[in-house]
Amino acid sequence: MTVPSAWYLVLAAVLFGLGATGLLIRRNVLVMFMCIELMLNAVNLTFVTFARDLNDIGGQADVFFVLVVAAAEVVVGLAIIVAMFRRRAAATADDIHILKG
Amino acid sequence: MLATIVADSSGQALAHASAWAVFAVGAALIITGALGVILLRNPVHSALMLVITLFGIALEFIDQSADFLAAVQIIVYAGAVVILFLFVIMFLGVDRKEAVGAEPTKFQRPLAVLLGLVALVEILALSRVDHWSSGQLSQSGVLTGTKSGDNVQKLGQAIYTGYLLPFEMTAALLVIAVVAAVVLSRRHQAGSRRNTEADL
Repeated sequence: MTVPSAWYLVLAAVLFGLGATGLLIRRNVLVMFMCIELMLNAVNLTFVTFARDLNDIGGQADVFFVLVVAAAEVVVGLAIIVAMFRRRAAATADDIHILKG
Repeated sequence: MLATIVADSSGQALAHASAWAVFAVGAALIITGALGVILLRNPVHSALMLVITLFGIALEFIDQSADFLAAVQIIVYAGAVVILFLFVIMFLGVDRKEAVGAEPTKFQRPLAVLLGLVALVEILALSRVDHWSSGQLSQSGVLTGTKSGDNVQKLGQAIYTGYLLPFEMTAALLVIAVVAAVVLSRRHQAGSRRNTEADL
């Protein structure tokens, strides 16, 4: 425990900002999903940092659940993208302004 | 006596320096990978840069002695999620460059960068005006301390006792996600196809 937790939190904030910016500037749905993963990882880093800061196992347990939910989200999201590609061969966000089946 | 103190302090200095080195390497990996995900045009390259970021996050986890989460980070994220991304990219054949010229709205990119910077400054400013962390210590269990057992044992005990209901709910969530993925990506029968391109 030598690196102060503020450094980790600043790093996580920068990573979250990069993920949010990427989510806004990219139009490929797959890359937008990757940017969401970046933001989730930034939050995980803050959870682990606060777990160390407060000497609390709850932060690490929360990261465990975030990992599981993120995996489920990726599975469903990629299935939606595959189903979308079946109908029209395009992967930009503007092509799915209509989501109804 | 003096020699042991000197040796002890030099050992501490070495541990201090190595912790900083691990932090710096992890931070460099994280920032490089994140910039690569955002800036590279090819989705395959973006997915590979995402692996670099995830390895950096795992390094930071190890630096904060979250050993189990670092291992899970590598196995689940770098091993399963990114492979799933790459599989879908290559399955769909979208590993070509994104069309840069067709911008639906003007000023989208500068505005997005501005919004990202505003979000970053906001987070940092909010953390300046308040304490980084406050509240009661060790509310849901001790992370390090007198209790015996390593990180994996403590995390397992926490998840299977205090977090049992959320744990069961994640099990249900995973089953639902698998069923949903199968239903969504199932190829429709030729005769019973209800929605075709003509409907859209």
